[in-house]
Amino acid sequence: MSRRPGQRVPLALLLPAGLGLLFLVLPLVGLLARAPWTSLPRRLAEPGVRTALRLSLETATAATVLCVLLGVPLAWLLARVEFPGRRLVRALVTVPLVLPPVVGGVALLLVFGRRGLLGSWLDATFGITLPFTTAGVVLAEAFVAMPFLVIAVEGALRGADRRYEEAAATLGAGRWTTFTRVTLPLVAPGVAAGAVLCWARALGEFGATITFAGNYPGRTQTMPLAVYLALETDLQAAIVLSLILLTVSVAILAGLRDRWLGTT
Amino acid sequence: MTVRWTRAARAATAALTLALAGCGGADEPAAGDAGGRVTVFAAASLTESFTRLGRDFEAAHPGTTVTVNFAGSSALATQITQGAPADVFVAASPATMKTVTDAGDAAGEPTILVRNQLVIAVPAGNPGRVTGLADLARPGVKVALCAEQVPCGAAAKTALGAAGVRLTPATLEQDVKGALAKVKLGEVDAALVYRTDARATAGALDAVEFPESARAVNDYPIVVLKHAANPGGARAFVDHVRSAAGLAVLTAAGFQAPQSR
Amino acid sequence: MTAPPPLLDAHLVADRGTFHLDIRLRIAAGEVVALLGPNGAGKTTALRALAGLHPLSAGHLTLGGTDLDRPERRRWVPPERRPVGVVFQDYLLFPHLSALDNVAFGPRRRGADRRAARARAQAWLDRVGLGGRAGDRPRQLSGGQAQRVALARALAVEPTLLLLDEPLAALDARTRLDTRAELQRHLGAHAGAALLVTHDPLDALVLADRLVIVEQGRVVQEGDAATVTARPRTDYVARLVGLNLHRGRAEGRSVTVGGLTLTAADSVHGDAFVAFPPAAVALHPGRPDGSPRNVWPATVTGVQRHGDNLRVQLAGPVAVAADVTPASAAQLRLRPGQRVWAAVKAAETRAYPA
Repeated sequence: MSRRPGQRVPLALLLPAGLGLLFLVLPLVGLLARAPWTSLPRRLAEPGVRTALRLSLETATAATVLCVLLGVPLAWLLARVEFPGRRLVRALVTVPLVLPPVVGGVALLLVFGRRGLLGSWLDATFGITLPFTTAGVVLAEAFVAMPFLVIAVEGALRGADRRYEEAAATLGAGRWTTFTRVTLPLVAPGVAAGAVLCWARALGEFGATITFAGNYPGRTQTMPLAVYLALETDLQAAIVLSLILLTVSVAILAGLRDRWLGTT
Repeated sequence: MTVRWTRAARAATAALTLALAGCGGADEPAAGDAGGRVTVFAAASLTESFTRLGRDFEAAHPGTTVTVNFAGSSALATQITQGAPADVFVAASPATMKTVTDAGDAAGEPTILVRNQLVIAVPAGNPGRVTGLADLARPGVKVALCAEQVPCGAAAKTALGAAGVRLTPATLEQDVKGALAKVKLGEVDAALVYRTDARATAGALDAVEFPESARAVNDYPIVVLKHAANPGGARAFVDHVRSAAGLAVLTAAGFQAPQSR
Repeated sequence: MTAPPPLLDAHLVADRGTFHLDIRLRIAAGEVVALLGPNGAGKTTALRALAGLHPLSAGHLTLGGTDLDRPERRRWVPPERRPVGVVFQDYLLFPHLSALDNVAFGPRRRGADRRAARARAQAWLDRVGLGGRAGDRPRQLSGGQAQRVALARALAVEPTLLLLDEPLAALDARTRLDTRAELQRHLGAHAGAALLVTHDPLDALVLADRLVIVEQGRVVQEGDAATVTARPRTDYVARLVGLNLHRGRAEGRSVTVGGLTLTAADSVHGDAFVAFPPAAVALHPGRPDGSPRNVWPATVTGVQRHGDNLRVQLAGPVAVAADVTPASAAQLRLRPGQRVWAAVKAAETRAYPA
């Protein structure tokens, strides 16, 4: 340990921190220890695996885009506008965090399903059905992942110095321009962090997806669904699929991080 | 805040005490073979009938507690081979049971407890007028099947193959309950499920029998596990479910007795 | 014959919590007014009201003949549509934009296209001597440079009213001197009205044509620097300009303050202020003989350094401060609790109506 004064860490913090890290990392070690490394390249080459992986990455990204488009304005509303029932709305935003994802999936069916509150109207008016479609996967993932984005962005907005917005106003910027030119750039790190959390959550989404969008290879079978089904017959296959998902997502996040850090 | 934390701490302490008491109970063998606690791992499709059988057994053996863990049989098999403490295992397919026996976790040979057959579950009133497997291949008919990896999916594949019907399902569900939920919510027009599952939700949906189901009968093997904490109780429980009274409960739920093969 | 209406004509009435602001403010074109007052006097609330960041609850705000805020007529112009430029206390340069884009922000928002806005921004950066730092981010600039960019940013929209909120407060003493001189140059060139909010009397005296002093939300004194410094009307102003100030009753040249009657240089009748500089107070170990008529016994309560001299706080019939040289302090052996005689020449004792 370093002797420099600023870097001394109290043991009372170091110990639980180490235990916490161990607790998070050990299951990963378990996966790595039991992984059939030799069959890994072969599994990766399987068209079914590649299809599920591609679908996972595409839907998680689409869900993140959807969450950013809807979640950032929502976070702004919660952080900046005093309105009656704001506390209630803030609590409602976290509902998908508390709700078991399978229940979330059922709830989505009750709204967007073929006989759902909106689904029946969508079907009758536009011929749009969402369950069992890739769009349905995106919807299910966005539902469970959005709170992560909203909470992160709201926190960033609350932490941002509002006087910059006032300065923008005195320079002639209207509220929308202030939002896009000043507020958003200021909270960009918060939005990025929220988007990463959101993407990661969407990528691992299982319960709401299988309930709302079902499971069909190439259309709605994402990696977590493939992992779960592999678990039914072949534990090793499930481990390999999990590791593939893990490796790819970590690689992508690391790559994005480098790119972000490179631009600032 | 202080009050709330105190209350939470008290609740946690109470829960811990209960858990410890439970553990103690399992370790102490009660008087008689059937005494103490019997832990049963049973396939999800047995939920209703085994809940009933457990209660019957407790009534017949006062002082005994039956705990049944219901889940997909593949998940249960994985838990058992990873060392989960269970006395009895009932699987929804011989293949799943085989993973347990192959791992050396069974005490003795499994026996077939009951058999289950597929039916076509349709929303109540059968709005799609589905009368047989061939109707499922009609354009515009949305079908939920189980994924091939789970027993009901394997059975569905066999039955469809036997009927020469090719169809693209809307979804391949991870278990029967998932497929049934889709029918109940009206998201699909039909699903291939076990007769027992269809019967358990009777009223919310109708079951359409079809002849090809005889080609895809599912056997439910039962076995006492090698590391059973209460082997005596486990054997007594297996005897109970295999008795005439036990089988009556199972057949009432839609299962067939193995003798009818 | 009436004077032309001032460019800014405002009666600012605003509430913030329990704080109530009520001040009148008039600024002519080309005039620089300093709003001076202690912390919490309402200076910042007044500035925010002028910028449109805090609505008036009553009164009016008229700039160049246009009502920007007049609650009784339900008229309120949002900040982005006011011809007002603001230099904020800690500048608030947008951290994600270069110095050039910070300055171009205003012109761009007010309709200039990208190229024109940048050209104008570059011209302003050149004028404040930072043409070479156009591409720098705010965090790469020193405090003084950031202040100049903030000034350029506020001036680039060519505001009718320029507001400066403690523009030099965040700078160290040395930078402050240079920046103050530079600011004076730019304020001199500004054709519109300018309001400088500050608690530093030096900034106010150097930069402003006129001082408006606020305390507890009200104007307590206003006028040009000479008047305010010679005739303070509150303890705050007296402390600012470094005078002993007392209020009493005058009968000609005699002013009675507490139990003491002082002879002043001016003749006044009725309620009056008397003011004299600490340097005019002489201390003696015993009652002095001879010329000074204003003599009283006092007790030393404190001694501090004050420039090259020592400032002595005295209790007695009137509480005053006296400046003495270190040599005479040593001679008198000044220490708290010591009894001395204080004397002030009548010629240095100014009296004026309260």
